[in-house]
Parts: sequence; structure tokens; C-alpha cells
Amino acid sequence: MYEFEYVKPGSLDAAKSAIAGAEDGKLMAGGMTLIPTLKQRLASPSDVVDLGGLGDLAGIRKDGDSIVIGAMTRHADVAASADVKAAIPALADLAEGIGDPQVRNRGTIGGSIANNDPAADYPAALVALGATVRTTKRELAAEDFFTGMFETALEDDEIITEVVFPTAEKAAYAKFPNPASRYAIVGVFVAKGSSGVKVAVTGAGPAVFRVPEMETALSGNFSADALKGISVSADDLNSDIHAGADYRAHLVGVMAQRAVKAAG
Amino acid sequence: MTEQGIGASVLRKEDFRFVRGRGKYTDDINLLNQTHAIIVRSPHAHATINSIDKAAALAAPGVVAVLTAEDFAAFGGLPCGWQVIGKGEEPMIEPKHPILAEGKVRHVGDPVAVVIAETKTQARDAAELVDIDYTELPAVIDMREALQNAPAAVHDEAADNQCFDWEIGDRAAVDAAFEKAHHVTTLELINNRLVPNAMEPRCAIGDYDNASGEHTLYTTSQNPHVIRLLMGAFVLQIPEHKLRIYAPDVGGGFGSKIYHYAEEAIMTVAAKVLERPVKWTSDRTEAFLSDAHARDHITKVELALDADGKFLALREFTLANMGAYLSTFAPSIPTYLHATLLAGQYTTPVIYAEVKAAFTNTVPVDAYRGAGRPEATYLLERIVDKAAAEMGIDRIELRRKNFIQPDQFPYDTPVALTYDTGDFEATLAPALAASKWDSFEERRKEAAQRGKLRGIGISCYIEACGIAPSNIAGALGARAGLYESATVRVNPTGSIQVLTGSHSHGQGHETSFAQIVADKLGVDIGSIEIVHGDTNKIPFGMGTYGSRSMAVGGVALSNATDKIINKATKIAAHLMEASAEDVVFEDGIFKVAGTDKAVPFGDVALTAYVPHNYPLEELEPGLEETSFYDPKNFTFPSGSHICEVEIDPATGELEIVAMHATDDFGNVINPMIVEGQVHGGLVQGIGQALFENAAYDSSGQLLSGSYMDYCMPRADDVPSFTVDHEVTACTHNVLGVKGCGEAGAIGSPPAVINAVVDALRDYGVTHIDMPATPAKIWNIVNQGATAQAAE
Repeated sequence: MYEFEYVKPGSLDAAKSAIAGAEDGKLMAGGMTLIPTLKQRLASPSDVVDLGGLGDLAGIRKDGDSIVIGAMTRHADVAASADVKAAIPALADLAEGIGDPQVRNRGTIGGSIANNDPAADYPAALVALGATVRTTKRELAAEDFFTGMFETALEDDEIITEVVFPTAEKAAYAKFPNPASRYAIVGVFVAKGSSGVKVAVTGAGPAVFRVPEMETALSGNFSADALKGISVSADDLNSDIHAGADYRAHLVGVMAQRAVKAAG
Repeated sequence: MTEQGIGASVLRKEDFRFVRGRGKYTDDINLLNQTHAIIVRSPHAHATINSIDKAAALAAPGVVAVLTAEDFAAFGGLPCGWQVIGKGEEPMIEPKHPILAEGKVRHVGDPVAVVIAETKTQARDAAELVDIDYTELPAVIDMREALQNAPAAVHDEAADNQCFDWEIGDRAAVDAAFEKAHHVTTLELINNRLVPNAMEPRCAIGDYDNASGEHTLYTTSQNPHVIRLLMGAFVLQIPEHKLRIYAPDVGGGFGSKIYHYAEEAIMTVAAKVLERPVKWTSDRTEAFLSDAHARDHITKVELALDADGKFLALREFTLANMGAYLSTFAPSIPTYLHATLLAGQYTTPVIYAEVKAAFTNTVPVDAYRGAGRPEATYLLERIVDKAAAEMGIDRIELRRKNFIQPDQFPYDTPVALTYDTGDFEATLAPALAASKWDSFEERRKEAAQRGKLRGIGISCYIEACGIAPSNIAGALGARAGLYESATVRVNPTGSIQVLTGSHSHGQGHETSFAQIVADKLGVDIGSIEIVHGDTNKIPFGMGTYGSRSMAVGGVALSNATDKIINKATKIAAHLMEASAEDVVFEDGIFKVAGTDKAVPFGDVALTAYVPHNYPLEELEPGLEETSFYDPKNFTFPSGSHICEVEIDPATGELEIVAMHATDDFGNVINPMIVEGQVHGGLVQGIGQALFENAAYDSSGQLLSGSYMDYCMPRADDVPSFTVDHEVTACTHNVLGVKGCGEAGAIGSPPAVINAVVDALRDYGVTHIDMPATPAKIWNIVNQGATAQAAE
């Protein structure tokens, strides 16, 4: 890796001023994407601001009908949380299926959504569950937060503090992993909550997206059968050596049906 | 069989250090005053080098030297160890393989310059400052295109990119047999390119002692003496007594650490120039771009049958990718280690193979677990299945009908080999029973009720281990001998050092070799140390590859141990005042038959070194013996592998639900180690069949250049294997052993693909190329579904 200044602030205020003062700074949460990128010399930030010292940002709590997960909460902690399992078991399942044990014990929800990898799992959950992303500056609806491939609405000096997940009546996530990387080739999160049914897809396109036709069908009849015959256009979907766009489009349908079945 | 002797599942002695992280690998070695090297590699598949400006790199902090091809002008290129002679006595084209690129780069990853600095980070920083001006040339990637409509020549010496056009077998007889055949089955297939991916990346440390003039190279090698011979004699002209090669613990090789690589020569030269040790350790990306790749054949095969299903003839036309340069043993792999196996387990009377080898702008290709035999087994066991389906003959029946029968051994195949022994029904029958082959259709039906497509596949393989004898191999183009050496050194107090030319990089020699000595001498296995890997300690040996360690190295060790017993018997006879003919050796004790006279082995050892009561006139003191063993023939392991799969037609997802192997490795020294070798081989074979693929784009960039895209098989991808073995002992070595290291990777790919094709039979599938990924399977199912919808 190239040289950079490393700072590990002890407070959110210190972190804010560290990132604001850096010429080309980068926030590091679990570092599961950033560190390999640095090691391969694919990134050369002037400063790395390690959020690992901000203990207040890690943790899970119930807040009325919502589950609030601190930005620095590790995937393994979400997967193991009794509160998450009780309120939104699909979210715990999703966290349990991210990467491998090492990644789950280092990677955080804040880091994952800030990176917005098109094949990451969390974006589908945030969008389908209608989550709200709280930052040092504002609150953003999940759909406004994820703006494109590796792009979010975050400003350079804005830090995610927590994510608020409304509980859902029914929810499940079904993933078809890339056989090599085990990232999602297609992941579909289906949720039925107070704001209706949402179907969010990750992996298939440049960024997470919803499938309104499926949502309409499921609103009337929340069953896998309701999804039969509904197809997603392959036009804007990803294509690589592992899966073509047609295959991805097809898998969206299959994974959506699996998710609905799992949601019960 | 004793608890520690031949046939016992002794726990691996070496694991005591490995499982505690106490192994000593090359990268664990750090020398005083050591410098660090980073290799600057070509980002282009094919380009001319207009200029290299080292100035900025040389001025960078900590930089000690920047070396390019001109610094190696006095040295030779990396030699090829096997010369293939093609049709019309035309020798293969053998372009120079420079240590560092000379004016041209020929694959992404081709080494161009070396930056040496005080620290690895400084070297890496400075490597980015080496300013190389390239002019890109059209890249030659696809083999078919390379040989027909090449956009460029990889080497000026081979304008048509052909390295050789080789054949074996009687083409006229084969063509005549096809003319009168009742049925001809044709299959076109690709044997996918693989990246070996040993867990330990390659590493080399050069060291030079300017007082003694001795060079030492610490390196990740499967065969240190081969490296010493090739590098010392052909590349650097360093006399062998001034060149020590030491390969300590090596973390997996699978063939990829047989070859002499440029980095070994570079570190050796640089250490002398700088008079400081120079260390280089490959990172994983470099490993993908510089370790020799594997397989990569495009093949058309045809099988001629009579009305009863007897095989009349087989012919094969294969294009084999050599990559950008000839790696050490590359030409032998698709020729003598491949086409000579085309008889398989069958009595096919005439066989012909034509193999054209192509240069392309890709990483060189060489031997990898199985080396030529997996390619032969794959095409053969695939076409037998296809022929069975086309003729409506049961695939097991068709195989049985054509098996070489036990009373036909030794059996001369039409492709140069003589199988000394085998019994193919003896491995087939238990494999069928263990895999419940006969009740499979019930399982298929049950799976169908769950919406799954279930299939079963078999592969009946034979392979050849321990290339031999040396004189025949030499006549076929080998530029090295293929014997093995062993020294048994009995110390005065009775402990034993075994110095072996074989090299262990995961095989467990420290245990299985010790078992041979323990068995023969009746000593405790704990008192035997196996020494390997250091050319200053061990006798000249050829190393470990081609499943040869036990079949060649183990036999050399057995012979050396016999010499020890022979001499010790004479010493014991003297001590017991008896005639040597009357002395018997049992359980570590020399006895005079019919008396109560006895001398333990330890007393004899001490006497040999303190020869006060000793027949000095007739016998030299000491107890140390060496044997060099050159086998009379290859050994021929064989067996049946059966795979059962289940496919989800909705996604193409595939699960291996069962995998069974019944192998015949001849006598088995350590069944536990052998079983582990089979497990590993099966996983690598499954990896080739379902997951692994080295994919290049048309510009020559490796698309699957990391684990994000190159899919290694994982523990949860494979079932719990069931493995057993039957024994027909090898007839031409004293241990009766055949070798087991590669069989798993040789037999399993066609078993897996045959199972996949069987599962998809209702979709009209007759073949699917490896790797059979979910995407590929789904495309087949989807097209089938679309076709059905259209009907």
C-alpha cells in the first residue's frame, strides 16, 4: 500500500474534523474492502480515518417498532442479535450469509452500505425494509441513499451513525452467490410491512433496485405463485464471466419466489 | 504388518510441526543483510519494449539495483527439459525463454525488470518508477486462431505459432478401421485451462558467499537437484559443487513447483552482483500471472465400434496450448504423458493421436496434478459414455465388454505403453456396489418428485506414474534421467537418517518413507529422520512429480535399506562367530538359526563405527548405503470413480450428493495418507469439472486473475467421499507400489461430467464443457425449456 496518514479518533466530533480536514481522506469502518484495495495499491488516500475507536457507533437497540443498528456494528453481531432475530429474522439471516466468518467478524453495516458494492447484501435489505440511514448531517431514506454503482448520497465528510429498520410483518432474503467470490450474483429481499410490499434486488444491476410489478402482484397475493410469469428485463443488468444478463434476470424471478416462500 | 511398518496408518510425523504453525517455508527464511526484490511485469500480452528508463527507480529511497535483460546478457535462457520430435522428424521449435524480456514481452506477467531495495515496500514503490515504453502488438490468445489466422507471431522462429505437430499410432490402420466401423461416435471438447494455486506462493532467496564462492538458492521447489542441474549447467554456468539449492518445507506444488523459473536465476545472479542476499516472494496476483498454468486442450475425438460395441479404433486431434514460452516439461505433457494413455482400460486395437502445440500470448502451460493423463482420461471416458448412449448399450456393459482382462497382462497397448498388471473389474464391481449404482433410478425418480434432476456418472481410468526407464524416456526426448536416489545412514547409536532425492511438499514422506525403513529394520519410527530438499545433504535425485515418490524414491530407499541389512548381517555374523548364510534378521534382531545366539541391530550399528571386534580385512567400517533406482517401466494405477449429482433446473445449481473412488494403487504403505491423497485429488478434479477456469479476454488480460473470479473448490462444495482400494501389486518394483498422488484428479473430472450429462439427458444434452457452472447448466435447461415451449 501507499503511505497515508492514519488517525483513529476517539469521538464522532474528532472523526468529523479529521475527515473534513483531510486532503483526500477515506473513512475506514471494518476495512474489509478498503484494506485489500489499499494493499493492491488501487487506492491512495491521503488519510485513513479509522472509525474503530467510536464504540458508541456499535450496537443494536429496539426503538418502538424499529430496530436501530449502529454503523459500526459488525455483521456477526447483527446475525447473533436476539433483538434482530426476534424482530426481523430475515435481516439476521442476511448478515449470517455475508462473506466468510473473518469478514463477518470485521465488516460493519455502515462500511458495507457506504461502499455500496453492487453485489453487497445489505442494500437490498435497507431498500426492501424501507430503512432510514442516519448520518452526522441528516436522515436519508434508503432509496435516496443508494444512488448508483459504488455511489451513495453521502458527502465526503459525512459519517453514517446508524440505520433504522422498521420491523416487517414478513420478510426474507434469497441469494444466489457467485461461486468464486460468494458475493451476490443476484440477491432478492422481499418485505411486507406497514408501507406495503417491497422487492429489492442486489447483485443483478449496477445498484440495488426495486421491482414494482412484483410488489403489486405480492400486495394482492403474498405467495410465490403470484410472481409466476413476472420477468425482469435483462437490458440494464450486469454481465460477466460468471453470469450473463439473461441469467441474472431469470435468477431475480427465482430468488424472489424463494424469498417469498421463506417469508411464509 | 507392524504398528509402524508397511501398511499401517501411522499418523503423519510432520504434522506435529505443521499444525502448530512451526513449518519452515522459504519465506520464513531471512538472512543477514538481506535485500528485497520486486519483479516489474508486463501489463501487455504482446508488445515491443522501446526503452526502459531506470533512472527514477534507481534514485528512489533504499534502492540498491534495477536489473533488466542487459544485466543477464552473459547467461542463457530458461531451458526446456523435453524435446518433442514431430511428424517428418521435425523437432519442436524452441525459442529462447529469456530470464528477463529481451526487446519484447509475450504475456501479461512476463518479467521485464527487477528492482532490489533495502525493504520490500521500497522495492515496490520504486518498481512503479521504472519507465518502460511499450508499443503494443496484436495479441495471440485463441489457439485455433494462433494456428490459422494469427494476427501476429508470438516468436519470430515460429511464424505460424506452431511449436510442433506430433503424432503417435498407425493412422492408416486406424482410418481403415473407421471405414468398416458399424458406428462412429464423435466428440468435440475443451479441457479447460487451470491455475495451480498452491497455498504457498513461490519464493526464492539468492545468497552468495564471496569467501567460498558458493551460491545458495533457497526456493520453493519440488526437485532441487533438477533446478541445480538446469540453472547451474544451462543458464548460469555455475559448477554444481558451488551451487546449493535448498527447498525446505514447501506448501503444495501440484506440479507448478517442478519448473525452473526466472526468479530463481535472477535472485542467484543478483546476490552475487550485490554480494548481499536477495529475496523475492510472489504475491497471489503474481502467482496467477507467472506460475505455469495447466491443461488447455481443444480436442476432437472419434471412437469406432462394431455392432456389438467392441471398440475398433480411436483417433484424437488435439490442439495444446504451450503459452508464450516452453516451460520446463511442457512439450511432454500433451504428447508422451497424454496420448500414450488413450487405450485406457480397453482393448482398442488401433489408436492414433495428432497433437499440434501452439504458442500464444498467455502464461506458459506445463504439468499439473495428472499432467496429460487427466486430459486422456477425460476424452476417453466421455466418448465411451457418448457412444453407449448413441448405441443404446448400457454404459457399464460397454466398458466391461472392452476391458483388458486380467489374463491379458502384461498388455501392450497400441500407443507404446505396456501395462504390467491390473484388474479393472476388481475396482469396478466394488465401486458400483458402494455407490448403489443399481438402485440409482429410484433416486432419480425421488429427486424428480422434488423438482431436481439427478444424474450418476462413472469413470474407469488408468494412469501412468514414475516415468521410466531413463533410456526409453531419453529416446522419447527427455533431457534428464528419471531414476531416484536414497541414502540410509545408520548412526553409531542406532538412529537413522534417510537422505532422499524425493521431495515432500504435502505428501507425507517423513512418515511413509520412515515406515519402509522401520518395517525392514525393525526400529522405532521415531528414530528415523527423513532428510530432503537440500542438495548439499542429499544424493543427486530427481524429486517429486508424476506420482513417482513411492514408486521410484520409495523403491530406491527399500533397496538402500536392503544393502544395510546385507552389510549388517555380515557384521552380526562376525559378532556371533557364525556364517552370514546362517544369520536371519527378524524384528530388529540378528539371530543364528537353530541357536540362541542373537545380536540386536543397535549393537551391529555401534560395532560398524567402533570396529574393534570387526572383520576389517573383508568389510569396510561404517553403516551407510546408497541406492539409485531406475525403474523398468511406468507403474499403472487404475480405478473407478463414481459421482452422483443433483441439479436444480430453476437455477442450474449443482450439488454433488455422493462421490466414490475405488482405486488400485498396488501395495499401500500408509492407507491414511493414501486416502488423504485421493481426497485432495478428487477435490482438484471436481474443481476442474465444476469451478475452475483461467479465462483470458481477447487482448490477453487474465479475467480470472484472483479469487474473486477464479473459483477454487471449497469444503462445502464437496460431499464426504467414500474411498477404498483393491490391490494388484506392481510386478516390477520390490514394494509392489504404483503411486497415488494424481489419480483423484485424473479419474474424477469425467465421472462428474458424465453425471451432469446424465442428469440433463432429458434435455437432449450429449456434452457439456468444463467447468459445468450453474450459468452453463441453466442455459442448457433454459434452451431446452424454450424448445419445448416452441413445440
